Amino acid sequence: MTKEKYIEDLRDIKSIMDRSSRFISLSGMSGVIAGVFALGAAYFAYQTVYEGQDYFSYRKAMIDDQTIITLLSIAVGTLLLSFSAGIYFTQQRAKKHNQKLWDSQARRLLINLLIPLIAGGTLCLILLFKGFVGLVAPLTLLFYGLALVNASKYTLSEIRSLGLLEIALGLIGCQLIGYGLILWAIGFGVLHIIYGIYMHVKYGS
Amino acid sequence: MKEVLKDLNKAFENKVRLGIMSALVVNDHMDFNALKELLDVTDGNLASHLKSLEKVEFINVTKEFIERKPNTKYMATKQGKTAFVKHIKAIEQLLG
Repeated sequence: MTKEKYIEDLRDIKSIMDRSSRFISLSGMSGVIAGVFALGAAYFAYQTVYEGQDYFSYRKAMIDDQTIITLLSIAVGTLLLSFSAGIYFTQQRAKKHNQKLWDSQARRLLINLLIPLIAGGTLCLILLFKGFVGLVAPLTLLFYGLALVNASKYTLSEIRSLGLLEIALGLIGCQLIGYGLILWAIGFGVLHIIYGIYMHVKYGS
Repeated sequence: MKEVLKDLNKAFENKVRLGIMSALVVNDHMDFNALKELLDVTDGNLASHLKSLEKVEFINVTKEFIERKPNTKYMATKQGKTAFVKHIKAIEQLLG
């Protein structure tokens, strides 16, 4: 009945609540890898859109059907690569810490992540084929940010602030359409790498 | 002081029972094996504590079959949750 016992009780309660309701195996390394892939994708997208133009003069984004297909392939490829790398590194981490990769927490995390993500992805596809190409990059940032904020209740709490930053970048991108690609590279590339390293250091490999 | 002590619940004095309630307050329901893994206790130990929480009607038990295997789900009752929250508030007050 001492103070220490109650302090320990509270600590236990918090730990059990966290472990039973949040998916904590998420690997920081997967964030770093996703960031690197995104930077690569941004570079390829840049090459595709501004192909053959003088680097220092006025540049015009060249978008025709062929470019759209190339951009879509780059996007889908990056998504698949990042997703597989994420699963791989998270699985390694889960194994090391004796945690299950696929449990009710993981399922809840994924569902809540996917709802805004699929809605946003669908909207972007619609806009792309209606010719509103400039809005696609900032909108992917915006919806990705919303997805992260929505899913952050079910995983490590840092994900929430990452989501808020992505939302801010997305909104800036909607205003400054010309900076869409560079903001996209910051949001999906640089931020992922920074957060990945931070979480890798904080939570271990 | 006496008021505070009244809210501390005997049912939660035990670590396993406190753990079970902590998990069931933040999850709609959990099955036996998930609780066992989470709290790292033996079958018998967990079962007896679940029984005692069931007896005071702090948790509800539902049995169903998934692919012909029995699956027991546990969830916190309304009064279980209320008692748990009161218990935590009392601890916080004691700690000042």
